Order: sequence, then structure tokens, then C-alpha cells
Amino acid sequence: MRYVAIGCCLLTLIGCKRERRDVRPSPAVSGILGDAAGESTLRPGGGAATQNVRNPYEGNAYAISEGQRLFNWYNCSGCHANGGGGIGPPLIKKDQRDWIYGGDPSNIFDTIVKGRPNGMPMWGGKIPEYQIWQIVTYVRSLNNLEPKAATPSRPDSLEQKTNTILYGKDGGSQP
Amino acid sequence: MNQSMWHASGSNAAHIRELAIFFGILLGVIFLIVVGLALFSLRRRHRGIEQEPLERSHQASERTEARLRMVVGIATAVTLLILFGLTIVSVSVGKSVSASVAPANSLLIEVTGTQWWWKIRYASDDPSRILRTANEIHIPVGRPITIRGSADDVIHSFWVPSLQGKRDLIPGRTTLEWLQADRPGEYRGQCAEFCGLQHAHMAFWVIAEPPAQFNQWMEHQLQPAVEPADDETKQGQNIFLNSACVLCHAIRGTDAGAHAGPDLTHFGSRKTIAAGTLPNNKGNLAGWIADPQNVKPGTHMATVPIQPAEMQPLIDYLESLK
Repeated sequence: MRYVAIGCCLLTLIGCKRERRDVRPSPAVSGILGDAAGESTLRPGGGAATQNVRNPYEGNAYAISEGQRLFNWYNCSGCHANGGGGIGPPLIKKDQRDWIYGGDPSNIFDTIVKGRPNGMPMWGGKIPEYQIWQIVTYVRSLNNLEPKAATPSRPDSLEQKTNTILYGKDGGSQP
Repeated sequence: MNQSMWHASGSNAAHIRELAIFFGILLGVIFLIVVGLALFSLRRRHRGIEQEPLERSHQASERTEARLRMVVGIATAVTLLILFGLTIVSVSVGKSVSASVAPANSLLIEVTGTQWWWKIRYASDDPSRILRTANEIHIPVGRPITIRGSADDVIHSFWVPSLQGKRDLIPGRTTLEWLQADRPGEYRGQCAEFCGLQHAHMAFWVIAEPPAQFNQWMEHQLQPAVEPADDETKQGQNIFLNSACVLCHAIRGTDAGAHAGPDLTHFGSRKTIAAGTLPNNKGNLAGWIADPQNVKPGTHMATVPIQPAEMQPLIDYLESLK
């Protein structure tokens, strides 16, 4: 019995990663700005292979909450509202096929860094890289693309894709 | 001296100091009496116990019962009376320092607490005379100041011990109070409600000046920022406007107009940086910009990638904004 209890206590440690705070992020600019997704593999004259960029904050609850704060600080909400869209397209997608430029972390990162046609500004060089990744994590959490353990069940804006409310319990794509 | 309720420099703080002295003396005397009685009863040989052993059959005599009832009754009545009296005194002082009696010709200053600094806005009917600044409040001596407080994120508390009592700043609510400085001086204030990681580094200064000097300060602060005078500061301005700084800070007279962070229009004229954390000088500023998390772990100031060669022009420019 005692060992079961100790085991249960130790099991809770698994959850620590979710809360890890990267409070001293490196401000360094990596070479990936602008092509994190490696959209083209064709490199004239050979050269470096495609980089494999992954979101350093995946599944991190602190990054999601920081991303939510920055989403308003940098006025993303000015065009995208709380994810429902306005002047800009909604960031809460009905269907994963609705991502115009892809919904992978590296795609969203590229979208923020490079900007996109018809109005999305280019934020690269302005918003520090680690904060862009925090915003990426937040945008993905709006679509339940982050682990459930890290995603807030009741976000401040109350606009979030939840299978039970918007799409029926089966999580299907019928509105 | 700068931050002490015992060195009251205004009528509100004086009321609070008197209240504290009254409470302290009255309750101190009561404490001494209670402790004295306790010691007395410990030392006193209790004849009653010798005569009447405490057994199941033990019954206090009629006389003891009556005396006991009287003593407990009087003690309860006196306690109630004292507590009631203290309540009345406390409420009346609270009423006399509350905003409902703020004099009519007061200057209105809006204070918004945010993690972890203070947004200051001097209100005016004339839009060109509305002034935004941060972490430093200049006030004219002898004129009542109305503070309209609110908060952006969590509950903070506005407290300048030498001038007034604590007033909570609550998100989505407006709180009012007033203060007045009776003599010139620099008074330190601090957040008095735990508000997160950097609660302890959320300070500000209230600088009370003679009215003429205050007006001069006000006129100067209303001006847009000074233009860069030389190439170095000109380069610094460019760096500021083309990096992440511009996303959060405003410098009137330039393209920088964001209000997520403190307004830096007259940054060089302030005493401190990072909400009273460090004295405002070039060395501290460079350290703060290069690694804010080292100075204030958890701060929302972004770690901005500034190249080493860019740092000197940038801090020269910011310090030139007198």
C-alpha cells in the first residue's frame, strides 16, 4: 500500500513539464526566420539540408498563457478578434483543412514572421523569436492542437474550439 | 524617511498616524494589564483549591459563583465597549480620508496598476493637456490630488505611506481617494497587495514640488520628445523604432505609439527604471535592456535581441529623452 502511494506521488512529477517556465529565453536570432517549415526542398547548387524545426514550447501551459497575453499586446486581436476572426481570417478552424498556410507550428511561425498576402503584416525582426513561438502555441491551443493537459479548459475569451460545444460530442466537422 | 507612515507629510497620512498611535497605546495598555493579571494569578497561591479539592462532587460556593459571574460580566462588557469604540474611531478616520470629501479644486490623476509597474495619466478637459507617464507622479504642494485607480490584470494596491493609506486597485472597478502633500519632498510608494512574481519590485515615486515648479514640469512633460541632437542618438532612435521596443513603448513625436509598456517620451527625466527597481543611469539601463529577466525575473519586458554595437547608441538616445 505504501509503495502504491509513493508511486502515485512520483507519477505526479510527470506533469511538471507542462508548467516549466523558460524565464530566461535566449534572444538570439536563429537562421530559420522566414522558412521554418522548409516549404521548398529544392536548393539550387545543393547546400544545407532542410532544417527540422520544432516548437520549443509544445505542450507548455505557461507558453500558452504568455501567448494569450501577447496576442492582445501586439494587437493580433485587432484583426483576428479572440480567434473568431474579423478583418483577418478566424484562427479557430472548423476543419483542419481550413488552414490557408498550414496549421503546423512551423507553418504558423512562418506566417507570423513573413506575413502573408492580403494584410498579414511581417512581424519577423520585431517580435522576438521566443515570443512568436509562444503565440504559435497559443494559436494552436485555440484549435485543441496542443495537449489537453496544457490547454486551459476555460480561456479568458471564452472563444475556443471545444468539441462538446461547437461540434457535437463526436468532434466531427459538422457545425 | 521617504516611505514611512510615521513621517506623515499630508493631512490624510497624519490622521492615519494618529489612529495608529491611539490604537497602539490603548491596546498596549490593555496587553500589559492582561499579562500583568495573568502573571499575578500564576504567582498567587490559590487558597480555594487547597480548601475545596477539585473532585467530581466539587461545587463552588454561592459567593464564588456570584463573584465569578460579576467579574466575567464586567470584563465582557468592557471588551465590547472598547471594540465598539475602536470601530467608531477607525470608521470615522476612514471616512475623513476617503474620496467622498475630496476638495473641489483637486487635480485628477489616474493610476492603473499593471504587472509590474504603474500607468500614470494626468486627466484634463483639454485633450492636448492629458499626460501619460509611468512610475513617477509629480504633484504640487498644498493642492489636493484625487487618485482614480484601476488595474489591468490582477488586484494591486496603491500606497504612499507618507501621504495616504492603502487603496486597492481592482480590475474592472474604479476606486477613488485623495491625498495632499503639505511640504515638498520625494515620497516612495509601493504596491501593497501581492500581485505576482515581481510584486516587491513594483514601486513608484511621488515628487511633491512647489506649484510653480510643478507647472514647469507639467509644461515640459506635455512637449513631445526632444529630437536626437547628434548622429549617435539619431542612430539610437532608428534602432528603437526598428526593433521590438516600438511594439510596446510610446515616444511622443516619433512613430512609437504603443501603450503595452511605459511611455518613454521623457524617460531620461525619471529617477528610476523598471518601476523603482534601479536608479536611472546608462549602466543600469543597458543591463535592463540586455537581460530584463536578470533584473526582474518574470517581468513582461521582452528580451529583445539587441546587437552589442547597437546598445550604446540606444541607451544614449533613451537617456537623452529628458
